[in-house]
Formats: sequence, structure tokens, C-alpha cells
Amino acid sequence: MASLRNGSTKSLFKLREIKFTMLFIDGEFVDSVSGRTFETIDPRTGEVIARIAEGDKEDIDLAVKAARRAFDHGPWPRFSGAERRRLMWKFADLIEEHVEELAALDALDAGKVYLRAKTAEIPGAAEFLRFFAGAADKIHGEVLKMSSELQGYTLREPVGVVGHIIPWNFPTTMFFMKVSPALAAGCTMIVKPAEQTPLTALYYAHLAKLAGIPDGVLNVVPGFGPTAGAAICSHMDIDYVCFTGSTDVGRLVMQAAAASNLKQVSLELGGKSPLLIFDDADLDTAADVALLGNLYNKGEICVASSRVFVQEGIYDKFEKKLLEKAKAWLVGDPFDPTVRQGPQISERHFDRILSYIEHGKREGATLLTGGKPIGDKGYYIEPTIFTNVKEDMIIAKEEIFGPVMALMKFKTVEEAIKSANNTQYGLAAGIVTKDLNVANTVSRSIRAGIIWINCYFGFSMDCPYGGYKMSGFGREYGLESLYKYLQIKSVVTPIYNSPWL
Amino acid sequence: MEGSLSNGSCKSLFKMPEIKFTKLFINGEFVDSVSGKTFETIDPRTGEAIARIAEGDKEDVDLAVKAARQAFDHGPWPRFSGAERRGIMLKFADLIEEHAEVLAVLEALDAGKLHSWAKMGDIPGAANTLRYYAGAADKIHGEVLKMSRALQGYTLREPIGVVGHIIPWNFPTTMFFMKVSPALAAGCTMIVKPAEQTPLIALYFAHLAKLAGVPDGVLNVVPGFGPTAGAAIASHMDIDKVSFTGSTDVGRQVMQAAATSNLKPVSLELGGKSPLLIFDDVDVNTAADMALLGILFNKGEICVASSRVYVQEGIYDEFEKKLVEKAKAWVVGDPFDPAVRQGPQVDKKQFDRILSYIEHGKREGATLLTGGKPIGKKGYYIEPTIFTNVTEDMLIAKNEIFGPVMALMKFKTVEEAIKSANNTRYGLAAGIMTKDLNVANTVSRSIRAGIIWINCYFAFDSDCPYGGYKMSGFGRDCGLESLHNYLQVKSVVTPIFNSPWL
Repeated sequence: MASLRNGSTKSLFKLREIKFTMLFIDGEFVDSVSGRTFETIDPRTGEVIARIAEGDKEDIDLAVKAARRAFDHGPWPRFSGAERRRLMWKFADLIEEHVEELAALDALDAGKVYLRAKTAEIPGAAEFLRFFAGAADKIHGEVLKMSSELQGYTLREPVGVVGHIIPWNFPTTMFFMKVSPALAAGCTMIVKPAEQTPLTALYYAHLAKLAGIPDGVLNVVPGFGPTAGAAICSHMDIDYVCFTGSTDVGRLVMQAAAASNLKQVSLELGGKSPLLIFDDADLDTAADVALLGNLYNKGEICVASSRVFVQEGIYDKFEKKLLEKAKAWLVGDPFDPTVRQGPQISERHFDRILSYIEHGKREGATLLTGGKPIGDKGYYIEPTIFTNVKEDMIIAKEEIFGPVMALMKFKTVEEAIKSANNTQYGLAAGIVTKDLNVANTVSRSIRAGIIWINCYFGFSMDCPYGGYKMSGFGREYGLESLYKYLQIKSVVTPIYNSPWL
Repeated sequence: MEGSLSNGSCKSLFKMPEIKFTKLFINGEFVDSVSGKTFETIDPRTGEAIARIAEGDKEDVDLAVKAARQAFDHGPWPRFSGAERRGIMLKFADLIEEHAEVLAVLEALDAGKLHSWAKMGDIPGAANTLRYYAGAADKIHGEVLKMSRALQGYTLREPIGVVGHIIPWNFPTTMFFMKVSPALAAGCTMIVKPAEQTPLIALYFAHLAKLAGVPDGVLNVVPGFGPTAGAAIASHMDIDKVSFTGSTDVGRQVMQAAATSNLKPVSLELGGKSPLLIFDDVDVNTAADMALLGILFNKGEICVASSRVYVQEGIYDEFEKKLVEKAKAWVVGDPFDPAVRQGPQVDKKQFDRILSYIEHGKREGATLLTGGKPIGKKGYYIEPTIFTNVTEDMLIAKNEIFGPVMALMKFKTVEEAIKSANNTRYGLAAGIMTKDLNVANTVSRSIRAGIIWINCYFAFDSDCPYGGYKMSGFGRDCGLESLHNYLQVKSVVTPIFNSPWL
């Protein structure tokens, strides 16, 4: 039985046992071929939660064999869209039935705020499944307008066996963001959850089976990047790999895909997203948006608004408000319902963030607030804000992936746009203004895949998001993301005596 | 200046044209390469040099990218309305038609392609492709989204930026416009690296683009070699997208270079070993014509060539007989001779490679039904070649030969045919010949390839997307689909208040 540590006694949920710790291949929970296991850690304390079977190349091979058989010969792609929809809805229902246990697992494994997991992230998983389930029977090709006596149409066919490599920051959201459209499209798949956060992925495998997803369609192989992840990227019999993670690893993924069987790749990578606050913005709202943009999920989110640019006119008032709110931001045990920020994911990441903070100080930025770890156990870091940041500083250029904001000033719209685009990344951006024309001009001028105006993290099922520039390519969410898992086949036949062309 | 006739009849209408454009086209000007180096482009009818062309390398690509970046970030092209881009593209198409004669000669000369075909097909096809995409430029739609809470969301399809096009030598004109046209319509700027075997016509098109009013820097043409200029494009830190058509091996290098540099998205159209399945309910004469055209069109130098032909048992013997007759009557010679149906292979390297595959076939134990030998002593002419008694594990059944060499095999049942058709790492095209509706439907769905031709072959169309499955690549050329290669999706989200509906 896990006990409470490092926080208040107001915790809402006690986890009794970790039920699923083995690889899920071809409908069964099995040990890894090597027999090896690895630890998954509780970031509140640094202690071990459980030992999980460690997948490697041989296990990936088995999973691919199962997925290949399920695709080439099994029922899943041969089901009607409605039949896949039915099973996906069942899966969604089962997730809702187990919401508390799942939320606790994510809170435990990833240091995520329990209440948020329970009321938003886990129900969000069910929502992904339901949204894409509803699209499964609406996948259209087109009849073409041929310029000679030919009948031509396109079929959108499932691409085949897909490898999903998902990160640790949103174990549940990432799982269903990728799995749902791939299932709806009729593909079969292998999911490699991050080694830091394997627990909910294995639970979802169990629920998938309960829901009636046929064996081999959804396989889950926890393991490490350089072993299991690499095996997926370079597998000769995987048709598509969908990766979310760091830009550096994204490079390795794409190279391995190219060196092996030229499988298609989509990458959702890092970001250093700008938030531009114009001087007609409401101060309170702006400060809230800026803080949330940096501290949500302890800053471990690719679209974090880690560069905040505030127009001169309101800068001083804004900085004061921001500081107030930052000091009132509660950090602690994610099971405590009053807490807004849990621990960072791991010791390694904790160290990395602290080292960036040191960089910031050395580079000459001003530490406005925060900058220090909290407590002696676990990986808690204070909300941290740097001012007097120059755009060539490391803390303004590199993705820190923690609760660290770089706060800067600007004069004109043109300056703001130039600064916003002064990055190798292009994932998201935020604009806070009441002015219609500023909103329109600036949203068109920033080279990023999703622009939030007077809001941040405005995600919705139907709204595609993904990278420009070195933040990657391909889109998640929305019907756009379905097309990743489909390929276009054109079929052409001559026609005779057609009364029209 | 009159070139002399070689290796063909005296019915040739050919006069060697003046080669007007031999320099790199960067930022609206024809310039020497930074290094001053030049390279030869060869006439495949004779092996002799046609002209010396400026040789682009990394420094030249850098200059071209600077120009294209300036043109995209600050120039008028992306800021034009779709209608304005359309106007210029239509002018470009008109100019192509005005210069059709000299263009057809350049195309046939540089690549050994049939002059009559270049004149009636490839060159008008270029104008057609420009016009098709010109008409789409003002119809590029995003979507308004159905948000699940009080948010307004819409997507914009924005031009992706600076594009690198690396095009092959087999269809210099078609490939040029298949890629350049949608990229122009989308509002992108670009660098084209034509194949080193066939730089001539790309440079002429650059000249016409300028005449048409395409602004400086929008379309740059840098001839050069793969490992230098091509690699510089694939690994450039300021190119936003690369579109590559060529061999699978080079496709790998392009994708790897894109990954190690700036993670630019790539689209790849690679090799094929496309199957043609001939069922026993078809007319044998028509089928034999189709099979022959499928492998000999453009001297077999076409990625979708039907290099594996499977014929159902019932008509096999009759088919084989007809096929040999037709193959022996197939005229190979000077591509400027209107009676000729097959010109020379593009260069010595390809010529040697094809002959070496033919030797493989003989060594592996396949039966050489007809052909197999080079023709004449000058140039790169090869006889239409057919192997029978081929087993699927032979090299000549697995590797792409890219020449006039067919592997002819037999099958019994529909299931066998499907299995054989899919027994390849490639997946570009496939042909099915049958009158039976159900066979056509089942088999077309079962073959894993990007374009399936039923009772026809090479039935391309402006509106019909085509591209690879499996190791034939990904991404689609032609059709509105290919516009997506040059656009990226941006979502814009704003909260709304008091909306009477969601």
C-alpha cells in the first residue's frame, strides 16, 4: 500500500496495488524475453513504485509479428467503421469506470495533480476515443475529375502497423491522442510508453482487451528509448512511426526510419513558445495566462509559453501582479487538492532544470522569484521567473521544460512578431489583446502551429495542433490527425460513352 | 548549326539547337557557379557532349536559399492573392506553348526521349500542370472547427516556406512542373536541382519563368550533382521542405540528411517493381500491347514501369507468343525519328547497369525469351528484353532495373496473383487486366500500391494523386493532394462569449 509523503494528510485517494507490470503482446501480459525488469519511481519521494517488465528488440519483434498478423489477416481492418466505433466506445466507457485508479496512477507515476487527472485528463482519454470512434465510419476518399475518359477515385486505406513512441509528461493524453485515430483508421499498433511512466499504458492495455479489441491490434511494450524505442524506429515491418518527445531524439527517430525501411514519420518535438501581451490587455487575465502558461503540469508541456513578452506600457504593473501570483502558487503533493503544482518527473530532469536556472543567473538575467528546489525529498522546484533576459541567452533559446519563465519587454507590434519568430521552434504562441487587427496580423505572422488568442492551452478534439520549423511536422487532434494513419490509393479505369466528363 | 545523324534513319527532322542557357539561375539572374566549375551534359544517342553547364555546389545552394528566403519572408510572392499567382503561372504556361518546338528538342536530346512524345505529351503536359494548379491557387481552404467548448477555432493552410526540389532525369519536364506548380500555387519559393544528366530544359524554364513575371528569388535553378548540390539542399538549415523523386537508396540519404540538419519534412517518390496482373478473360492482343508498353515506355526509365508481368495460366501460351512477336517488331533508334518507339537509355551508367541485370537474369537461370543485347556501337541502345521462367526470389524479379527488361511469370488463382503482386518491398503502381467487376474490385483493394490501373496503364491525370506505399516512398504528387506537401496547418483559437450555439 502506497502511503502519503511530502504533503498534507488531505490526500484523496489511496492506491492499493500496481496490477499490471508485464508487457502486453498479442492479447496477453507476458514477461520480456530477457526476463529483465526496471523500476518506475515516485517523483514525490524518489522511491520505487513498482518493477516493470523491460521490453527490448526481441519483444518488439514479437509485438510487430502480432500486429502484422492482426493487420494482414485479422478482423480489425476488415471491421466496418461502425464495428470499430462500437468497440472504441466500450473502451471509453471502461476508462470512465476506472477513472480514480487511473488518475492515481498518473499522479503517482508522473507527479501530476490528482484532481486534474481525475476531472480532465482521464475523462479526456475517453473523449479522444469517442471523438475518433465517431469518425471511423466517415473516412472518405474522393472521386476525381479526370481530364480524359477515365474513372478515377481515391481510397484512404489504413497504413498498416504503427509504432507510437510516447513521452512521460501526459501519459494518458499522449496514449489516446495517438492510439484513437490509429484505431479508428483500422491500423494495428505497438505503443512504447516512456520508461518514466509505464503504469497507465499497461492498465489501458488491460481495458482494451476487456473492451473486445482483438488480440494483436494494440500492443504495449514498456522499455527504454535506445533499446525498445530504437527497435521500433528501425523495424523493417513497421509502416509508420509517430513520435512525441525531444528534438534530439526526434532526429534519431527520423534517421532510423530512413536507414531502415523508409517508414513514414510524424514528429511532435520541443517548443519555446512566445506569449505576447499587448498593453490593452486586462492585467489580471494576462498575468494568470502567463503563469498558467509556464506552470501548468509543472512546466513539463511542449507548448509552454516559456518566453513572455509584455508591451512597455503595462510592463511594470504586469511584473508586480505576476510576482504576487507566483508567490501564491502552491507547490506540493499532487494528491493534495489545494496544490497546483506537483514534483518534476525525475531526478535527472530536476537536475537539468536547476542547471538551466544556474545558467540564467550566470548569463546575467535577473532572478525575479523562485529558482530553488523545495524540501529534501522528491523533485519539487519553485515557480521561477527571470527578467532582463536577452534573446541570445540560453534560457531564452533552449527548452527548459520546467517552471521557469523568461520575461521580456517590447515596444511595437513589429518587434513583438520578430521576437516571437526568433527561435528554431514553432509549436505554439499566445497573444493577449482586445484589438481585432493586432490579433489578426500577429496570428498570421507568427510561424507556429497553434496560436491562442486571449487564452492558452485552448485544446479541443476537433482542433489540430503540431509543429512548424524544428518543432516537428504532422498534426495531432482533429481529423487532420486521422490522415496520418491512412494512405491514398488511386484507382483508375477507362470508361466508354460517358455522357459527360 | 546542324548536328549529324547517328544511329538512326535519315528521316530525322533534327537540327541541333543552340544551347542558350547553361548557367545557374539564382535570384532572377543567370550566373556562373561560385567555383567556376562546369560539367558536361551528354547526348545519349552518341555519348558525345552537348554542352557544358555551370556546376552548382554548396555555396551556390546557399546563395539560392538566401534569395528564396528573402523572396518568401519579404518578397511579394506569398503576399500576392491566389489570383495574382494564377495570372503569372498562366503566363508561364503560355510561354511554354510558344517555345514548345525548342523545348521538345531539348527534352528529347538531353534524356533520349522520343521527340514526338515530348512534343505531343511532355511539353503540353507542363503547361497543363501549371494551369491546373494556377486554378487552385485561389481555392486553398482552411476549416472552421467544431470546438467542444466556448472557443472559436479555425485552421489556416499557410505556405510552408522555402522548398528544395530534387528531380530525376527520366522526365525532366514533367518532374519539374509536377513539383514546381503546386509549390508556386501554394505561395512557396524554391530551389530546383535538376538531375546532372538533364539540366538543359530546367534552365530554359527558369528563363521563361522570368519572362512570365515570376519575381526574382521565387524560382531558382541550380544544376549540379547529388552528393554536392543535392546533399546541400537536403541538409540545408534554412530550407523548410524537401521534395525528392529518385532512387530508394538516395531517398534514404535525403531523409537522413533532413533529420540530422533541421528536421525538415520530406516527401519521397522512389523506386518500384510494379506488377501487371493479366487475367484469362481479357483479349490477348490488347493485353500484350499493354504489357509491352508498360515496360518499354520511355525505354523502361519510369518508376511505375510494370516490370513484373503475371499472366493467368489459361491464356499464358498464346500471350507469350503474341508478346514476342510485338517485342521483335518494336523499333529502337534515334528518338528524333518519328518511326521509332524507343530511344537510347539516358547515360552509360544506366546502360551498363541494365546490361549487368540482364547477365544476372541469365546466370540466375531465367529464360531469355527475346532481346538481351545492346544495339549498335554508339550510344546507349538496348533491345526490348523479356525473361520467362522467372522465380520471385531472383534479383531480376526483386530489384528495380529501370530499363526495357520484363520478368514474365504465370499464375493460377486470384489469391496467388494478389500474393505475388504484394511480394515486394515496393508499392508504387499496379495494373489489373480483367473484364470481371468483382475481380477488379477485390484485387485493386488487395494490392498495396499507391496507384492501381485497371485495363489501362500510365493513366496519369492532373487531378489524380499518385505516390508510394511501402518502400516506394510517401507523399503524393499530382492532384490537390500534392498541394498539401507545400502547405502547413496553423490552428487559431480564441474564446467566444455568449454564443447562441456551440
